[in-house]
Amino acid sequence: MKPRIRIVDSTLRDGSHSISHQYTEEQVAAIARGLDQAGVDIIEISHGDGLGGSSIQYGFDRTPDEVKLRAASAVVKHSKIAVLLLPGVGTKEDLKAATEFNIRVARIATHVTEANISEQHIGLAKKMGMEVLCFLMMNHMADIDTMVGQAKLMESYGADAVYVVDSAGALLPNEARDRVAALKAGLRIEVGFHAHNNLGLGVGNSLAAIEAGATLVDGSLRGMGGGAGNAMLEALVAVLQKANYENGVDLYKLMDVGEQIVRPIMTRAQEIDNASLTLGFAGVYSTFLLHTERAAKKYGLDARDILMELGRRKAVGGQEDWIIDVAAEMAEQVGH
Amino acid sequence: MDKIKVGIIGSGNIGTDLLLKLLRSESLEPAMVVGVDPDSEGLAIARSKGVAASADGIDALLPNEDIRIVFDASGAKPHLRHAKLLEKAGMLAVDLTPAAVGPFVVPYVNVQAHLDVPNINLITCGGQATIPIVWAINQVCPVSYAEIVSSVSSRSAGIGTRQNIDEFTHTTARSLEQVGGAKRGKAIIVLNPAEPPIMMRNTIFALVDEPRADEIRGSVERMVEQIQGYVPGYRLKHRPDVDGNKVTVQIQVTGAGDYLPSYAGNLDIMTAAAVAVGEELARTLTAKETAVQ
Repeated sequence: MKPRIRIVDSTLRDGSHSISHQYTEEQVAAIARGLDQAGVDIIEISHGDGLGGSSIQYGFDRTPDEVKLRAASAVVKHSKIAVLLLPGVGTKEDLKAATEFNIRVARIATHVTEANISEQHIGLAKKMGMEVLCFLMMNHMADIDTMVGQAKLMESYGADAVYVVDSAGALLPNEARDRVAALKAGLRIEVGFHAHNNLGLGVGNSLAAIEAGATLVDGSLRGMGGGAGNAMLEALVAVLQKANYENGVDLYKLMDVGEQIVRPIMTRAQEIDNASLTLGFAGVYSTFLLHTERAAKKYGLDARDILMELGRRKAVGGQEDWIIDVAAEMAEQVGH
Repeated sequence: MDKIKVGIIGSGNIGTDLLLKLLRSESLEPAMVVGVDPDSEGLAIARSKGVAASADGIDALLPNEDIRIVFDASGAKPHLRHAKLLEKAGMLAVDLTPAAVGPFVVPYVNVQAHLDVPNINLITCGGQATIPIVWAINQVCPVSYAEIVSSVSSRSAGIGTRQNIDEFTHTTARSLEQVGGAKRGKAIIVLNPAEPPIMMRNTIFALVDEPRADEIRGSVERMVEQIQGYVPGYRLKHRPDVDGNKVTVQIQVTGAGDYLPSYAGNLDIMTAAAVAVGEELARTLTAKETAVQ
């Protein structure tokens, strides 16, 4: 029998990148209520860069995380609410502060080679009784053996699941499958997959990951997320139903939340534009998109050139300040 | 004039890099290095340079009454114990761990205000690299918010840093306020595993009330020159950018390559700051003794 797939919605976390972290309290409550009624297992709510992410570097949150979490926890009845934390950006204090809002899932994320900065955060979340889903971000940047070794570290710290996180939307379906299969073989815990759609493979890669054994999969309504967005959740759920994977989601209700509540909030089409495509092609962190567009405008450059250079320099998640550095350098060279 | 004798606790990367810098000092003389691992390369290097070395930790160091200043590069927890023992022995402590027993100190910014305390804390590498810039901006116009992002190569971040990464963010953020003068501070650290390893990079963002661009740039550039006096590889990547009320300063720190390779600018700036602070302490000790005589 095919395993039940747990759906994690990231509209209110990764999706926050698409609107530069401008959600209002009312919008958060309306989306969370809709997701809960549609039967989504887990609703992730945080600044796009996790708790503590509100900053000049990543963009200030219009609505503080605690306000969003309070608003959502007041209306969510069945789903579990999750928060994201990136050690180095957020701290254990941020995680402790979030727990007053009935947060039952912590997602702890590190770059694919840096798992050992997450030991204390995983330990604390477990101690507080949370389910801990860990992210190995920018997964394409490490070879499979290294990645599995890092996942084992997270497992040893107490993780309940480890995700292949394709932060750059750079993986091809066979690569997504091989990575998930390697984790399944190497770990005793669940495996998840988080896609970005920069190469148009968001839903396809997610399906490949599920076929390889992933039982947790992320998506967001209308595909909202960094770069060209995440796997579009409505499409992903429809695909899972066609492929006979049980997931407990009411597709029509989900589609209605996407079209009636989320679409009016969006300030730009969540499409694969040239810069987004370049993210996937060059293997660059998806949330760099809007920051790069701003830098390109300020320095009179083509966003694609900046992104290609960031790919060559092997920038990792969280290094948005490198965008300005690269742009300023390129502008100096061309004499702008 | 006789040099002031100093000791080092910790024979790892930082302790050893510090030793090599201290051997060049005109006012400080490393008299002993102590560690806990008899096989550590740091102790062997000390011996090869004619410096006494022991794997018996602080117990081996304390009986050396002629040692006046002790640099502690062990760890935050051990330093809590060391701090008490050093104070009892009348030795001044320069703390390179995040223990924060004594006041936060940055050379040139506030060292003069703390030359009479038994214990000085050097904050974090990110703090040493960015606080002076915030301070320099704050001299021109009040900084309502300072945010720093330090990117360091994965190779240069040891297990101590990794297991206590929150200490970096908390301690650096607090010192941006207490030492840099910002009303509110925030710190972010990113580890980058690229090969060859990246140089340490720091971005300082400051929100100011009155963006007097030319004066801000002048103040920042003067501070960079001063820091280059003890960290030669400290440089501005671009002219400071003033955009509305937001100031952006980008700094690269190339290490001197004494013991650690040049990419480890984050460790180099700590050991260089330690020597600079030690030399100030030595000047004070010598001046006091001259006055007594």
